[in-house]
Amino acid sequence: MDLLLQDCGACHGMTLKGGLGPALLPGRLAGYSRDFIAQTILQGRPGTPMPPWRPFLTNEEARWLAARLQQGVKP
Amino acid sequence: MKRLFFSLFVLVFPLVSGAACLVRGTGDLGVIIERASGSLQVVDTTAHKALFHVKGLGDLSHASVVYSRDERYAYVFGRDGGLTKVDILCGTIVKRIIQGGNSIGGAISQDGRLIAVSNYVPGGVKIFSAADLSLVADIPATQVVGRDGRPKGSKTVGMVDAPGKRFVVSLYDAGEIWVIDVNDPARPAVRRFRNVGKQPYDGLITPDGRDYIAGLFGEDGLALLDLWHPEKGVIRILDHYGKGEQRLPVYKMPHLEGWTITGDRAFLPAVGHHEVLVVDKEGWKPVAKVPVHGQPVFVMARPDGRQVWVNFAFPNNDTVQVIDTETLKIVKTLETGKGTLHMEFTPRGEEVWISVRDKDEVQVYDTGTLEQTHRLSVAKPSGIFFTNRAHKTGL
Repeated sequence: MDLLLQDCGACHGMTLKGGLGPALLPGRLAGYSRDFIAQTILQGRPGTPMPPWRPFLTNEEARWLAARLQQGVKP
Repeated sequence: MKRLFFSLFVLVFPLVSGAACLVRGTGDLGVIIERASGSLQVVDTTAHKALFHVKGLGDLSHASVVYSRDERYAYVFGRDGGLTKVDILCGTIVKRIIQGGNSIGGAISQDGRLIAVSNYVPGGVKIFSAADLSLVADIPATQVVGRDGRPKGSKTVGMVDAPGKRFVVSLYDAGEIWVIDVNDPARPAVRRFRNVGKQPYDGLITPDGRDYIAGLFGEDGLALLDLWHPEKGVIRILDHYGKGEQRLPVYKMPHLEGWTITGDRAFLPAVGHHEVLVVDKEGWKPVAKVPVHGQPVFVMARPDGRQVWVNFAFPNNDTVQVIDTETLKIVKTLETGKGTLHMEFTPRGEEVWISVRDKDEVQVYDTGTLEQTHRLSVAKPSGIFFTNRAHKTGL
């Protein structure tokens, strides 16, 4: 949870409304599946600054994060 | 969490917010951002203590500060588009506006009369009166096509002031650098330089106010604009500095502020590499790479230029290293703690203050002995900004 707010927040804003990276609010993520979001977290997005977080997160943790993002995170 | 509350408790109670204004100079004062609680502390660098705790500044997850030329007012740029004018002698908010949707930084003009803010959303630049934060001019960003196929304004980054009452800013999505002349504040004259490189992510101006340099995230290299000779256009420097090396994923964007020029050499963070680049300023050619603990975020020179202090991106953000600028050797590795986010030197450089987010503290080091001398309780500290910035171009 701390990772989500502090380290995702570095680019996406601590309230996840976006920064250099896009917003990660439920409305914007509605079109994406949980697996897609989890894979994006793990693998990053080539051609953008989004790095792969696989060295620091397991599949389960990434899926948990994806679910939290889809539900909306209250900081 | 318990620890956070404890720190807040310890913090808040000795400090009476806005009780009475101080009668004193401000040259040894500064502010420290508390990123998670939307607050800041006004600190005294002579007494090593907090004077005020100022709350209600919104989302400060990536905040920055500039000072009025009388060093009394701090202008705080918040992530939520907030622009707050804080009176550091009284510990009070003079005025607060939400000027945009999402912001990261700004600058104060050479004459101290105007504040320019660079915005992520809706992009572009807004210019305000430093006196009352009223809007003076609004310059929309170059439109680009977003990933969703819809048009959007380019994010603007790396805003600095420049001599001649100008601001200089980079456009992240559009790959442009703008020079904004505000001699007629209501009708700013914008000179646009296009195709400067992919994804300029931050910018700096050399301390003399002559060269504006944008770091490029999308390629190995930097874009340089000589403000004495803008007719020469933007040139590429340090092209392909990482050539042949595997670039690592970047977990925290480096900053160029505090980018350091010592004598004829400049020190800067290599993007995606565990290196500090050393560059010959004459011709901007790389002369050395100093291997360091992680990917550098801030590479900052002690004011006398003899040392460069470096902090690092996640997951190596628990350490600070000190480089001797003559020998290019690391003379000290300090284990400051996780979430070491920012450093600020006192005006003449005998001390450096370092914010350590996960310890809820700011550590003060003697830059001669390289030993810690003081510690202040600060809740989730990030940026540290001392008032001597008021008289430095680009800060």
